[in-house]
Amino acid sequence: MSTLTATKPRAIVTPAEKKRRTKRKMLTLNIVSVIGGIALWWVLSASGFSLPTPPQVVERAGQLMADGTLFTDLGASLTRVLIGFALGTLLAIPVGFLMGWYAVARGIMEPWIQFFRTIPPLAIIPLVMVLMGIGEQPKIFVIFLAAFLSCVISTYQGVVNVDKTLINAARVLGSKDAGIFARVVIPASTPFILVGMRVGLGAAWATVVAAELIAAQDGLGYRMQQAQLYYDLPTIFVNLIVIGILGLLMDRILLFTETKLTSWQERR
Amino acid sequence: MSTMTNTLANPKISIQGVSKVYPLGNTEFKALDNVSLDVADNEFITVVGPSGCGKSTMMNILAGLETVSGGQALVDGVAVDGPGPERGVIFQQYALFPWLTVRDNVEFGLKTAKMPKAERRRIADHFIKLVGLEQFADALPKMLSGGMRQRCAIARAYAVNPSILLMDEPFGALDALTRVNLQEQLRETWSKEQRTVVFITHDVDEAVFLANRVIVMAARPGRIHEIIEVDLPAIRTEEMRLSPEFTALRNRVWNAVYHQTSGENSVSEPSATTA
Repeated sequence: MSTLTATKPRAIVTPAEKKRRTKRKMLTLNIVSVIGGIALWWVLSASGFSLPTPPQVVERAGQLMADGTLFTDLGASLTRVLIGFALGTLLAIPVGFLMGWYAVARGIMEPWIQFFRTIPPLAIIPLVMVLMGIGEQPKIFVIFLAAFLSCVISTYQGVVNVDKTLINAARVLGSKDAGIFARVVIPASTPFILVGMRVGLGAAWATVVAAELIAAQDGLGYRMQQAQLYYDLPTIFVNLIVIGILGLLMDRILLFTETKLTSWQERR
Repeated sequence: MSTMTNTLANPKISIQGVSKVYPLGNTEFKALDNVSLDVADNEFITVVGPSGCGKSTMMNILAGLETVSGGQALVDGVAVDGPGPERGVIFQQYALFPWLTVRDNVEFGLKTAKMPKAERRRIADHFIKLVGLEQFADALPKMLSGGMRQRCAIARAYAVNPSILLMDEPFGALDALTRVNLQEQLRETWSKEQRTVVFITHDVDEAVFLANRVIVMAARPGRIHEIIEVDLPAIRTEEMRLSPEFTALRNRVWNAVYHQTSGENSVSEPSATTA
């Protein structure tokens, strides 16, 4: 299937070289897959499906960028996500720690968190719109809630899962509760917190777009909702692609941070 | 069977009639039943016995990680109340902080004691060198083999300058070769930096090779079965393992562990279990 097998076998392949080759092969497959997907889309739109063609979408993207609409929408959506996400994780981390460390805090907070976790954040939009009006607050609040709920659970799990032997090791080395918390519990649960932040960011991103579809004056979701009224499929495509790329980008940034901060972990 | 109590004039550790009972369903499990033992200053004792004999429980009580149900455990004449830096503990699972380098692990206890950085560094380097890890001082635990991890843990315990070292099957998870090497190193380290050592093991050879006295325990309920003096020379060498004196002691301890006349432990148990 690959040309590698046809070439004459090489005697020595270092593990690093092997790894590079596998990586290159994967990248090639990725690129082929993406190009293939776009080609399929083109074929479909050319053969009568009511889809815009890739050039039409590129052209619309150019227009939306030229008149600044895309950047205004992007800015509006990103601002909401980042504020909501920042507030959500900022609260989730201490609450998660409290729940993991103190049984009393767990007993008080757990039912509420489990209950709200079962409600899709979007389902409370009608409520917060009545209570908070149609400004920025209800949207940010919903995003905040989505990020908070995802992050608080994994922070809590992280604290609960700290290896008891490590805590004992710190105790026999003279650490008291505060020291154990700062020097053992926090670093040991960092991987969990970062996973929670990633999930939280994903939830926040999903929520902002949906919230804008329902009630907004700008933002990527709002633009798509407007485009839907005018049957403007290229605009919907442009926004969808931007949402996807941006979501991926944010996830990668967090993944990168995660790998950097938790490189001490033994993987597999 | 030898005497149950073994009293010394000025013991470093004095376990006096200690019992430990755990709830087990509707009944109780007696992990330790009226155990008494004195350990002299700078003595190296090993505790060996079948599983369930309470040897780890005894160590955890001395470490202050568990409380007694009855009796008392004294260190320097004071009842143990929680862990303290004068009692260093080495765990079977190494328990190194995986996010800290070897040096930072060794400095952990010194940092807790708020020692200035330069001094911390000096002490850490001394013990890292003592266990032969100087080339790995800046490596993370994940880069180390099991034996190296345990050496790092030993350096970390030594660094806070405890007068007592409590070791709970520290070499239990290591391969036989590494194990023998570490036993010799530990004995050598101990002869350079004397401490009172309580070393828990299920390996009879290890128990004899390391100890001044071997405490053989029995299970159900956990109690001291026999105390065997190891009258081998203080400097323990590899050749000594093959000497008739060593073999005789080893056989004595083996019989005491695996052919305990009282109780249900007359069958041989596998001598190598891994965690």
